[in-house]
Amino acid sequence: MTTLDAAGPRPAGAALRRLRIAVEPYLYTLPAVFLIAAIMLVPLVIGLSYAFRDITLLDPTSGGFVGLDHFRDLAADGNFWNALNNTVLWTAASVLLQFFLGLGLALLLNRPFPGRGPIQALVFLPWAVPSFLSGLNWAWLFNPVVGPIPHWLFALGLMGAPDNILSDPRHALWGPIVANVWWGVPFFAITLLAALQSIPDDIYEAAAIDGAGAVERFRSTTVPFLAPTIAITVLLRTVWIANFADLIVVMTRGGPADSTQILASYIFTQAFQRLDFGYASAIAAVLLVLLLAYAMTVLVLRRALVRRM
Amino acid sequence: MRSMPLRRTLGWGLHYGILGLYLVFALFPLFWLVKVSVTPNDLLYSEGVRLWPSRANLEHYASVVTHTDFPLFFRNSVVVSTATAIFSTCCAAAGGYAFSRFSFGGKFWIVGLMLVTQMFPLVMIIAPIFRLLGPLGLTNSLTGLVIVYTAFNVPFATFLMQSFFDAIPRELEEAAMIDGETRFGALLRIILPLTLPGLAATLGFVFTAAWSELLFALMLNSSTAASTFPVGLLSFVSKFSVDFGQMMAAGVLALIPVCGFFFLIQRYLVQGLTAGAVKG
Repeated sequence: MTTLDAAGPRPAGAALRRLRIAVEPYLYTLPAVFLIAAIMLVPLVIGLSYAFRDITLLDPTSGGFVGLDHFRDLAADGNFWNALNNTVLWTAASVLLQFFLGLGLALLLNRPFPGRGPIQALVFLPWAVPSFLSGLNWAWLFNPVVGPIPHWLFALGLMGAPDNILSDPRHALWGPIVANVWWGVPFFAITLLAALQSIPDDIYEAAAIDGAGAVERFRSTTVPFLAPTIAITVLLRTVWIANFADLIVVMTRGGPADSTQILASYIFTQAFQRLDFGYASAIAAVLLVLLLAYAMTVLVLRRALVRRM
Repeated sequence: MRSMPLRRTLGWGLHYGILGLYLVFALFPLFWLVKVSVTPNDLLYSEGVRLWPSRANLEHYASVVTHTDFPLFFRNSVVVSTATAIFSTCCAAAGGYAFSRFSFGGKFWIVGLMLVTQMFPLVMIIAPIFRLLGPLGLTNSLTGLVIVYTAFNVPFATFLMQSFFDAIPRELEEAAMIDGETRFGALLRIILPLTLPGLAATLGFVFTAAWSELLFALMLNSSTAASTFPVGLLSFVSKFSVDFGQMMAAGVLALIPVCGFFFLIQRYLVQGLTAGAVKG
């Protein structure tokens, strides 16, 4: 309590208090909004402008506008098209595998059984592992010198010799995909489990009284209840995984010979290794437009589906 | 009906069987990390695929702590992650409180702004942030990293805090305000103590995210003195790619703080993520 407040209502004091009440919500949100605007929005706008400029770090003569040159280079860049293909495979395979394994896990953990608490904590544990460390960990598992996987694949006859899958340009992308699935399943499991637990029990009882079998109950009760959560988590995770370059940078650095580059890691390579910020931003702009188009499509489809139901 | 007990036993057998298989998939990589970290160098190659070495010791840990820069990287990461967690949680608590309790002009746009930041590729702003922070002396600096990480984590942390505030009845601070408290005083003395689990979950979540971040740390801080753990480990990999024992020992050390946080907060995370996902 300040002495000013204790002095009681005065004509100017009332106006001041009204003003204070009006600005109060903005004072609470100010730190968050200021940080986001300064560190994320301003750089985003600047980054978009780089896509049309010749920006190379350590080259003082760069900085001029080049119009659409970067985009013309992109169209002729084989590595870019390969990275775009890889982005689709990487994202679709990771999201689908994470989703179905996560859904299975959530259904198994949804009913009470002895040992559920510790088992739940342990199967969710990979999610706590820092992503760079999951990448390194799996890179070591795939390495025939210290890891068992190549020897297992060789023993099963799936491989002609115990080689490192990460150095085989045809299959190397599956290394980071496996690491990503391992790391990301718990996220879907946690989210879907929470959604499952919010389904009221009496709905299942009603379905059971109506004589519905387990499969029928799952189709008619569980799926419609989960659908909104599924739509939103799949949308967010797809966007997030498409942008997720860490595992690829750590495990293969985009190699061998750029064969495992996805757009996000290609952007990072251009900026970090070649210091070509202009070209990196042009690729980023393409990725941003593709992701926006994807998000719009999903939202429109979802609305159409909701209307039909 | 006589077949029911058999079917039930089979059902539970299948239930535990599948969970057991998944447990092996989830834990085996971590087990292997620990196994190699305690395998002496002379056994590393001769006993490559054995599940446990015939001799185990902690010499790799000892040499990581005494002969490498990892204690420095570890300290840098602790400083950066702790500072980021504290600043993000403060900003998020204030913002989340405003979202929970007030309706005000522009709220829709602020929420929209925060959602948008969750959607665009962060790699896109690596280059501009590097150019913005350079002249301010904030590259190769832990302060610069804390500022950037705080901004990245505030949006999600704000939604998380909002869901915890939403669960607390407004009447509590209204009663205190009638008794002469200011709103801020009521927030500090009445509401925040009730959201301690929420604050802990947010702190843990942000700490873990900052502890794991690699790409911005790699781009912004190239000097050894300002490197965080992920950058240190990655440069170690490319420099001395032969010493697997030491690297895995360092990896296990990097796991300890985040796993500790994870077991403390995983209960709250289920709540918070649902709330966040539903709002998202």
